[in-house]
Parts: sequence; structure tokens; C-alpha cells
Amino acid sequence: MAQRTPLHDRHVALGATMVEFAGYEMPIQYSNMRDEHTAVRQRAGMFDLSHMGEVRITGADPVAAVQHLVTNDLDRIGPGRAQYTAMCRDDGGIIDDLIVYRGVEECYIVVNASRRDVDVEWMRAHLLDGATLDDLSDETALIAVQGPRALSVVAPLVSGVDVNGLRPCSFGWGASVAGIDGVVVSRTGYTGEDGVELYVPAAHAGTVWDALMEAGRSVDMLPCGLGARDTLRLEAGLRLYGQDMDENVDPFSAGLGWVVRLDKPGSFIGADALRRIKEAGTPYRFAGMRMAGRAIARHGMPVLSGGEQVGEVTSGTYSFTLGGGIATAYVRTEIAESHAPLQVEIRGARAGAEQVALPFYKRPST
Amino acid sequence: MPDLSGYRFTASHEWVDGGSRVGITDYAQQQLGDVIFLELPEVGRTLSAGERFGVIESVKAASDLYAPVGGRVAEVNDALVDTPEKVNSDPYGEGWLLRLEDVDQTGTELLDEDAYTKVTAGH
Repeated sequence: MAQRTPLHDRHVALGATMVEFAGYEMPIQYSNMRDEHTAVRQRAGMFDLSHMGEVRITGADPVAAVQHLVTNDLDRIGPGRAQYTAMCRDDGGIIDDLIVYRGVEECYIVVNASRRDVDVEWMRAHLLDGATLDDLSDETALIAVQGPRALSVVAPLVSGVDVNGLRPCSFGWGASVAGIDGVVVSRTGYTGEDGVELYVPAAHAGTVWDALMEAGRSVDMLPCGLGARDTLRLEAGLRLYGQDMDENVDPFSAGLGWVVRLDKPGSFIGADALRRIKEAGTPYRFAGMRMAGRAIARHGMPVLSGGEQVGEVTSGTYSFTLGGGIATAYVRTEIAESHAPLQVEIRGARAGAEQVALPFYKRPST
Repeated sequence: MPDLSGYRFTASHEWVDGGSRVGITDYAQQQLGDVIFLELPEVGRTLSAGERFGVIESVKAASDLYAPVGGRVAEVNDALVDTPEKVNSDPYGEGWLLRLEDVDQTGTELLDEDAYTKVTAGH
């Protein structure tokens, strides 16, 4: 029996199509993906992401404890900032990709729902002495409001944190939103648009959701499901764990070398292996493709060049913004570097594909 | 709701109307979500009832299409090449897929509207 988020009743009342995802009953769409996708690109959309996991690290030196677990360097950001990072095994395989929020006396780590149990077990087993881990996932709801008008929807409901003053990738804690205290407001997201993510005490998630729905009317904001979330994140070139990478993939192969800081202070798990992988170079590279036709290249489909298989699709969809098919794939490095035209084998036929740089979509600068 | 009294349905969620046009049901388009691509047969091809005749692809998934009755493909809805979303917006009208002629009912197991509604009610 799948778990339900605190907002389950709202989704049902809104007529959402519910699917099971990572052990949760989640809305995949409310109206249709195109309208929800477009709402986020042009106005605002709201997502229930309460399935995501939240972990708190406290103790004498929480930053050092997190530094030991992850590949990116927390010293590159100060308190009040969030950072994308990876957690790797000793051999450099990616256990999960994470967002770390650096506080003053604690750090918060947001983990993928599908990896929560694995992550928590790994973190507990490799926690530095003097640090404490608390899994706050069940008591924390996550609501994301994304899109060019997102801040104008959220800001009037918030006191205690200056939402409009938040820089991208920064957050404020102790906010009161629609009368609910103890909310973390973060200028982050997974859509390629500006936006805000709100970490809300689960018992009060409904109050915050309802207030945001009401405030969103003025910009014609739509509730959005996991379907639009996937098309948005893929256009923005963002990875999905379990589909684009797993424990058999290292961050360099996944195009995430920029989150591996081998020169950071102290050691971290996987550093030796990652140093070797970086020096040796990887046989495969994470590549973007624009499809010539409308058929969708999907996870696991073979990628060919010159009649020979040179890779495999990790994610693919129809890009509502670009009006064509897009996909990501692991492609043999020499083929990726040559920018050779590719084909994807879709149901026995070969569909043309052109290699393009990620992201597929970048929001207009403001 | 459109008047579906002249339509017959399959358990695999296709319909055929009195003019031998074929499409997918409203329930099917809802389950698929945003349709973005169709592979439809050539005009002139002969299909038997239950034969796989094409593919409908949405953002979510690709699904096979099966002929509700046998017959020769007389016409394919070319408008769907550029506007496949018509299958979502008007599955019983502008979102039709093809029209058959020389229809052959051999081996068909068609449902009327009430019976088809019962098939989808359990979901």
C-alpha cells in the first residue's frame, strides 16, 4: 500500500490522476501536461513534492560531517545557501544526488524519495563522531512554486523571511507562511525557472497549499503533477536519479564533474576513486540529443552511430517549449566529442538525432 | 457528452462508429495523457479484427492500437500529424484515427456503450 502525502485529499479533490511513485501515491497530472508545463514556463505552477526526503545533521561540526559524505565543497557557500551535490560510494558510484542546505548550527539534506532508506542508512554508517542525523521526512511537507511569477505569488504570504531579497540558491528559515510557523523558504527548484520551495510542517501543509492556490489565482497558476515536473526538468538538463544515473555511474560520466571538488579541505568518501576516474577519463559521456521526428526516445533504447550501437538513452520526452523530441544518453566519449549525428532505435526503426549541448532550455535572463 | 449510441467499443479501448471510422475512447486518451505522435497504417492496407494497426504515443507511454473490426483502410486522419492533441480534446470527433471500408465483422467482440462503461468502471 503506497503512502500518501499530507496533501493527498487536495489532489483527489482537484481531479488529479494519481500514480504510485517511489512508494507514494502522487499526482501525475491535474489537467494535462502541456498546460501545466506551459504554466510554469510562462506564469507559475505549484507542485506537491512531499515524497522527497529531508535529513538534518547536527552536532559539534555538521558542515564537516556533510563534507565527508558528499563530493561538492560546502566551503564554497556560506550559511543560508543551498548547493547541489552528489553522495558517492568508495568506488565513485553515485548513491544519490542531493541538495544540501547549509545552516548555522545544522545542515539539511534533501534526498530523492526512491533513495531515502538507502541514503539514511549510508549516512548513519559513515557519520563522523559527534554528529547526529535525524530523518525528518515524515514530518516535513515540500511545496514548490515555480515560474516567472512564482515569487509574486509566494512573497505576500510570507513574514519573517524577505522572499524577494533571497538570492537564487539561498534560503531563509523560521518563516511564517499563511499563519503557519517554522517554514523554510528556499529560492530553488527543479524546473529551470525561477521559483521557491517551501518546507512546511506536515500537519499544516494543507493550510499553506490552500493559501498558495488562492494567491495563485491572480497569475492563473496551475497545480502541476509529476508529468510536467519531468518534462520541465529534462528541458532544463537536470538529472533524474534512477533513470539518468545509478550506483554504477560516476559523476564524471554523468556530466556532473562540476560537483566533484577533489581539492576541498579534508577527505570525502570516494575521493581516491574519483581522482583516478578523472585522470583516466570516462569511456562514456552524458549527451543531449534533439530528435528529428516526433517519436519519443525512451530510457534504455539503443543509440547508434554508423550502424553500430554507441550508447543508450537515459531519459527522453517531447519538449513542449521547443516543439520537438529531446533525450539524454550515455554515448561513447569519442562519438560524443565528434558531435556525430546519431540514431535512436525506436520500436525497430531508426530515428535521427542531433547532439546538442545541455540544457535544452535556458530561461531568458531577467 | 457526445451521443455514442452508434459507436461500438473494444476492451482495448478503441471505438468504431456507424460510418466505420475508428478511434480511441475518452477513457483511453485520459489514461494516455498528452498525445504527441501516431504511427498509422497506409491507405489500402487490409486489417483483420484485433490486428495491431499502429502506435499511439503520449508523453507518458507508447501503446499499440488494435482494429475493432476488419476492413481496408480507406482514409487516415492526416490532421493528426501536426495536431495529435485532437485525440485528447475530441476523441470521438476530430480525433478519429482512420476510416475503414469493406468492413468484415468476423471475429469481432464489440461492446455497446453500457457494456464498455462497465469495463472502465472498475479502474
